[in-house]
Amino acid sequence: MILVVCEFDTKLKKSALEVLGAAQRLNDGITAVLLGAGASAVAPEAALYADQVLVCEDALLEGAKNMAQAVADLSEQAEANLVLISGSRGGREVAPRVAVRLNAPYLEDAIALEGIEGGLRIQHYAYLARVTETLEAVAPVVVATVKPNTQAVGSPKANAGDVYDVELELSPSGVKVLGRVVEKSSRVALTEASVVVTGGRGLGAPENFALIESLADVLGAGVGATRAAVDAGWRPYGEQVGQTGKTVQPNAYIAVGVSGAVQHLSGMGKSKNIVAINKDAEAPIFKVADYGIVGDLHAIMPALIEAAKKLKD
Amino acid sequence: MKILCLIRQVPDAEAKVKAANGKVDLEGATMALDGMDEYGVEQALRINEGGANTVAVALGNARFEDAIRRALAMGLERAVHIETDLLLDVVSQAQILKGIVLEETPDLVFVGGQHADTDSQALGAALAEALGWNQVTWTTELTFDHGTAKATHDTDDGKESLELSLPAVITTQQGLNEPRYPTLPNIMKAKKKEIRKTSPDQYGIVNSKVKIVSQEIQERARLNKLIDGKDPVAAAEQLVKLLHEEAKVI
Ligand SMILES: Cc1cc2nc3c(=O)[nH]c(=O)nc-3n(C[C@H](O)[C@H](O)[C@H](O)COP(=O)(O)OP(=O)(O)OC[C@H]3O[C@@H](n4cnc5c(N)ncnc54)[C@H](O)[C@@H]3O)c2cc1C
Ligand SMILES: Nc1ncnc2c1ncn2[C@@H]1O[C@H](COP(=O)(O)O)[C@@H](O)[C@H]1O
Repeated sequence: MILVVCEFDTKLKKSALEVLGAAQRLNDGITAVLLGAGASAVAPEAALYADQVLVCEDALLEGAKNMAQAVADLSEQAEANLVLISGSRGGREVAPRVAVRLNAPYLEDAIALEGIEGGLRIQHYAYLARVTETLEAVAPVVVATVKPNTQAVGSPKANAGDVYDVELELSPSGVKVLGRVVEKSSRVALTEASVVVTGGRGLGAPENFALIESLADVLGAGVGATRAAVDAGWRPYGEQVGQTGKTVQPNAYIAVGVSGAVQHLSGMGKSKNIVAINKDAEAPIFKVADYGIVGDLHAIMPALIEAAKKLKD
Repeated sequence: MKILCLIRQVPDAEAKVKAANGKVDLEGATMALDGMDEYGVEQALRINEGGANTVAVALGNARFEDAIRRALAMGLERAVHIETDLLLDVVSQAQILKGIVLEETPDLVFVGGQHADTDSQALGAALAEALGWNQVTWTTELTFDHGTAKATHDTDDGKESLELSLPAVITTQQGLNEPRYPTLPNIMKAKKKEIRKTSPDQYGIVNSKVKIVSQEIQERARLNKLIDGKDPVAAAEQLVKLLHEEAKVI
């Protein structure tokens, strides 16, 4: 039995559909778990992908510690031999705690999963995504996270699984949430865009990101930023690409005024095509670029926006 | 307050990583204190000025001693080195480190938000669970008020501020602070600081729960077609043509 922890808001998040997809391909029974406020409303949708759905809306289901306790307890109840969780930031703060509670091996941020006798084999990236590792663990129960945007979403079945409300024995976690900021963008989600246009420190000033946004508008692209641009306060953190930001793998990644530091490459280096615009012919980004223009972005970008518009008209 | 900083020695971010016969080869690679760990060391030194009651803890092979010396040169007071050639899974690491924490009884443990070798983000949460403590991951702001910590950290879709009591595990990242460079006198002083040595078997761990089957470098061959931008309009048109007709991505 595979226990799949599903992320949701008013419906299943794409991350949940991806983890359910990975679980379906492993070809075992699936118990979907929905934890927290609003879980019951999502249960009918989850039931289309699972043999059974466990739902709990306990108000104490907040914070990594209590989430992990809930998942570990339900894993034992469901006699799961595999617990799958999204490798989202939230998932990755809960999953290791589940593994510790179950004294189980933890396989992190899988890009590929394969069942083996008594366990699981995965592939994941290491060394700032410069290396692809194959790992395996054999144990009564294995905990794994699945890297977002690497798995095809699951397919709904004709027969929905059963939904059960479960009770948990939780105590207050001792963490109080003082405030939350959600950074919403009206654009196509960065991690789902087939073209991403990213601006770096080379833009020189926040208002020059208009060049990035105009090109993105013409191409229907997502907008990204380097850590340097985010740290300078030019762009919101949600746009950051790299080791401490998002990982993207679009068909075309267009980096403008970006030097190509290893920490940035680790978030976009697997893009199918990399395009760079930089005035420094020696910039490291050109070493990984398929196409590029060596020149001043203030001259190149307006021309590029015009050329792209002409193509689209 | 007493603070432990978990640190690692990893290949320098700019170093070229090599692999041969399905295994990463670090012979000859430049190694350095993990950049993510420096934020924790810096934060510890800001909380306990002068470095009193700050301890570096490293779990890894003999080469980790360079990272330990660097953390001591930044200003930490002393170190514990759990020396081993084993590459341990994160749950086993947490079990060993729990033993160290129970010996040292700190109020706060800093852990780098992501390790630049395994790309793992798990150790902070795993250790917190082993101890039954709370954690804050990907922390960008941290203050204290009478035994209570206030922290801001990054979430999937923005950020969140939290209040929690100590002891706690805090995982660090860029943005928390600007790590200092060791001064020459401090580098000299660090050579004399205490490094207590121990080993994983002291904490009941003798092997890893996870096996590394292979490590490969899969680099995509890149076309490197660079256009001179002296004539911006011509260059832009050529690029659009290539992206449309050759790469077929726009
Ligand atoms: C632990 C850690 C984690 C990190 N995580 C991340 C991360 O997640 N994401 C990330 O991006 N970085 C990350 N970094 C930072 C990273 O190392 C780099 O500092 C950062 O990526 C640099 O951003 P940049 O390319 O915008 O700026 P720079 O490196 O300053 O590059 C600017 C580029 O713009 C070019 N340029 C300037 N003017 C023009 C012009 N007029 N026309 C054309 N080109 C121009 C320059 O030639 C230069 O190549 C991390 C660092 C550490 C230590
Ligand atoms: N004390 C210092 N002050 C300013 N820059 C430094 C200092 N020490 C090293 N650097 C520079 O910072 C970069 C990283 O240094 P290091 O982390 O020591 O490898 C290098 O470019 C060094 O030249």
